[in-house]
Amino acid sequence: MRGPPMRELTLSKAVNEAIAEEMRRDPSIILMGEDVAEAGTPFKVLSGLVEEFGPERILDTPISEPGFTGIAVGAAMTGMRPIVDLMFGDFLFLVMDQLCNQAAKTHYMSGGKLSVPMVLRTNMGATRRSAAQHSQSLHALVAHIPGLKVAMPSSAYEAKGLLKSAIRDADPVVIFEDKLMYQDKAPVPEEEYLLPLGKAEILREGRDISFVATSSMRQVAEAAAARLAEDGVSAEIIDPRTIVPLDEETILASVRKTGRVIVIDEGHQSFGVTAEIAARIAEKAFYHLDAPVGRMGAMDVPIPFSPALEDLTVPTPERLVERAMASLRGEPVHGA
Amino acid sequence: MTLTDAPGAANAKNAERYLRLYRQMTKIRAFEDNANALYLSGKMPGLTHMYSGQEAVAVGICEALETRDKITSTHRGHGHCVAKGAAFKEMFCELLGKAEGYCRGKGGSMHIADQANGNLGANAIVGGSAGIATGAGLTAKRLGTGDVAVCFFGDGALGQGLLYEVMNMAALWSLPVIYACENNLYGEYTKVEEMAAGALTARAAAFGIETHTVDGQDVLAVNRLAESLVARARRGEGPFFVVLETYRYHGHHVGDINREYYRSKAEEAEWKSGRDPITNFGKWLVAEKIATAEELDGIGEAIRAEAEAAVEYALAAPYPGAEEVAMHIYAGSAHA
Repeated sequence: MRGPPMRELTLSKAVNEAIAEEMRRDPSIILMGEDVAEAGTPFKVLSGLVEEFGPERILDTPISEPGFTGIAVGAAMTGMRPIVDLMFGDFLFLVMDQLCNQAAKTHYMSGGKLSVPMVLRTNMGATRRSAAQHSQSLHALVAHIPGLKVAMPSSAYEAKGLLKSAIRDADPVVIFEDKLMYQDKAPVPEEEYLLPLGKAEILREGRDISFVATSSMRQVAEAAAARLAEDGVSAEIIDPRTIVPLDEETILASVRKTGRVIVIDEGHQSFGVTAEIAARIAEKAFYHLDAPVGRMGAMDVPIPFSPALEDLTVPTPERLVERAMASLRGEPVHGA
Repeated sequence: MTLTDAPGAANAKNAERYLRLYRQMTKIRAFEDNANALYLSGKMPGLTHMYSGQEAVAVGICEALETRDKITSTHRGHGHCVAKGAAFKEMFCELLGKAEGYCRGKGGSMHIADQANGNLGANAIVGGSAGIATGAGLTAKRLGTGDVAVCFFGDGALGQGLLYEVMNMAALWSLPVIYACENNLYGEYTKVEEMAAGALTARAAAFGIETHTVDGQDVLAVNRLAESLVARARRGEGPFFVVLETYRYHGHHVGDINREYYRSKAEEAEWKSGRDPITNFGKWLVAEKIATAEELDGIGEAIRAEAEAAVEYALAAPYPGAEEVAMHIYAGSAHA
């Protein structure tokens, strides 16, 4: 079945389009954050929105992350659907009380009477030479808190479909976009679509080993899988898309089929997403495993500035190939 | 006695309004007396913070509001909850963790919320609801509802940065928010002058916010100021900042019994005997011939009987079933 070739959009444009479509549909949506209006954010993701929707709906805020996040929580509780733009994921530490003590718990603490339908968009990802306070991937922190949902799109296609679902969701959703992927293009349909939160995607089918890869680690997994294919190794790639809710079944089904798995995520390896997914696999698919569950995360170091050092801290296709081969040989797989 | 409605103002037309102020304050006192007794007799789980002594603040302000107006409350929040229209039965059930509580027992004393009456909830983080109240103001402005949001907080919250971030935005955006600072002279176990440098009102004045200071033991003075500020906030003249000078009769929490190291018994006695908001208002009602002393006694007795009946009801009421522990985490679909 061959239709006309699908258009390609950058991840940045896909996010912009998702917000614009939703704002046209639902007047209760507002967007707030630092330099989101005329400046369109430093990454220019939001360019053009204030021209269409006006400064009443695209609100430039002072540099007060806890303040505008808290205001978004209150607006969400009273009938709006705010989208908060948090310029860097590292600033999550500034908004933790509003996000984790207020937004995450309001529905539960009120016995289901109040809810907080808000989206917090932020970013992640190292190797942009931005050093330790503008490079962290902190999604595990919020995934730990019941009441928040956490999405990690791995392409322009996913960024648009997941964001549209997040905006329509009744709960607070935190979306992590990899800031190095804003200019990456992918096919994105012209017609409207939504991607459900909590449904993983099998990006590549394989027989010999499963890679569970979040966000831009998809690219690492795909590059590794292509090289392994040259040696006759067939790797399957699972993209969870959201880590809360986590589509355990798709992951477990893949592991039961291949018997080997490496989980790849750009958060620090210790106490993070790789640990959680690995533990669930060990608990629920242990007797299907032919090798220990492997995992690769960012090194447990603050992200260094020097390119010579920074590039050592994140998973790479080369190291993933090595680990995959070790797993296939029956050797234990150690992390970063 | 410093009650400030002019003699003769108390005509028949206003009699019902005055009696309602008296009833509401008496309800708060009766609620707190029973809550304290529940704690002291070991029948209430956890702990709680008594509002006794501050009744004129919550009642004077909330009587100037409509049901649709929003408030946010604090860890010392029973008074605000009663004043905004909550019922004893659901409140005592909540304090005892029972299924019929306003939050199905999941919030308790420090998180009690009553959405139907516009109470967006008490908050156990000092100053933690400043963003929520301001967000409610943003919703009101954006939707043009004419609603007003009142943010109740204590003098202790003046130490929190969030408050200054959101007051700045409320001023920039002319939001219909009234920041009601209940200065009961102590933040936990420390005098306000040891924690807050400079004038309390100067903080808000720096943002260009109109500030007021009022005797928080004089329900008529509080109510008159609140009526005026609420009306002006509805017309878009907000935000406002009010310091209400008041006093809490109990310790920081119910277990704070031996407190002479930070607050003398003589000082407590002076406030209770000379400045009690209910006693003084009752004397004024009698002097103005709005009610006889016997009639006021009758009101008090009826309210105390109602409170005791609600306590008995709540003590006998069922706890939530175990299946509720994992309910209300997310508003949308349930998941593990």
